[in-house]
Amino acid sequence: MGLLPPFEVSLNNQQSDVRGALSALLAGLGPLALDVEEAGTVELVMAEALNNIVEHAYADRRRKEAIHIRCKQLRDGLHLRIVDRGMAMPDGKTPIGMAQNIDVDAIDMPEGGFGWFLIQDLAKDIRYQRVGHTNQLDLRLAVALHAEG
Amino acid sequence: MKVSTKIEGDRCIVTVQEDRIDAAVALAFKDAMRRNTSGSGAMVILNLAQVQFIDSSGLGAIVATMKHLAPDRQLVLAGLTAPVERVFTLTRMDSVFQLFATLDDALAVHHA
Repeated sequence: MGLLPPFEVSLNNQQSDVRGALSALLAGLGPLALDVEEAGTVELVMAEALNNIVEHAYADRRRKEAIHIRCKQLRDGLHLRIVDRGMAMPDGKTPIGMAQNIDVDAIDMPEGGFGWFLIQDLAKDIRYQRVGHTNQLDLRLAVALHAEG
Repeated sequence: MKVSTKIEGDRCIVTVQEDRIDAAVALAFKDAMRRNTSGSGAMVILNLAQVQFIDSSGLGAIVATMKHLAPDRQLVLAGLTAPVERVFTLTRMDSVFQLFATLDDALAVHHA
């Protein structure tokens, strides 16, 4: 088959909306018949990106704003763009997401900070831009690679 | 966060009866684990056989549970499905936790 046409998923900036958005995204990718690991990659990376927006981008949680996800299949995989109207990333860039030091005693074991590490480990071509009052996060997942298109 | 608990000697088996441990339920998971391991013996086995997805929040909640039980009690994990095990492998947390393919494997461990 040819490349999957681009499609969009929208959600509100609330934790309770993230699961539905992930389901909608995976449903939209249905025609690609992703294997379990590829689908898992999409779900995990997007869960981390959306959780980050929901948790950090909006100081005033009562304001309902839409988060838009656009998904496009190209020959080199799935290109995803997430746009939200929340606060800018600190320092105008994504966190570095280094691997945590886990060679520590239990009492010092980190409980957080794995999210950006996972995004940067699994996604390629990650690019963050502040465009007017919006944040735009682009990334590519090397799944559903397409031989012709 | 629905879990079921079973005591086998000094082993406390907590089975998660949901298919996701994610940001939406991370806090509820931590609370459920605290309640269900209260007064338990030395080994808590977290049975994840029904869990098909965890994100970094879910991982963090499992780490928090481990820290809560430490140092007197140990938390081991059993029945990890492929997507869940992957999160542990990618973050190298598979070197921090003892992972067992099945609950029976975890129960077969003898300890002093």
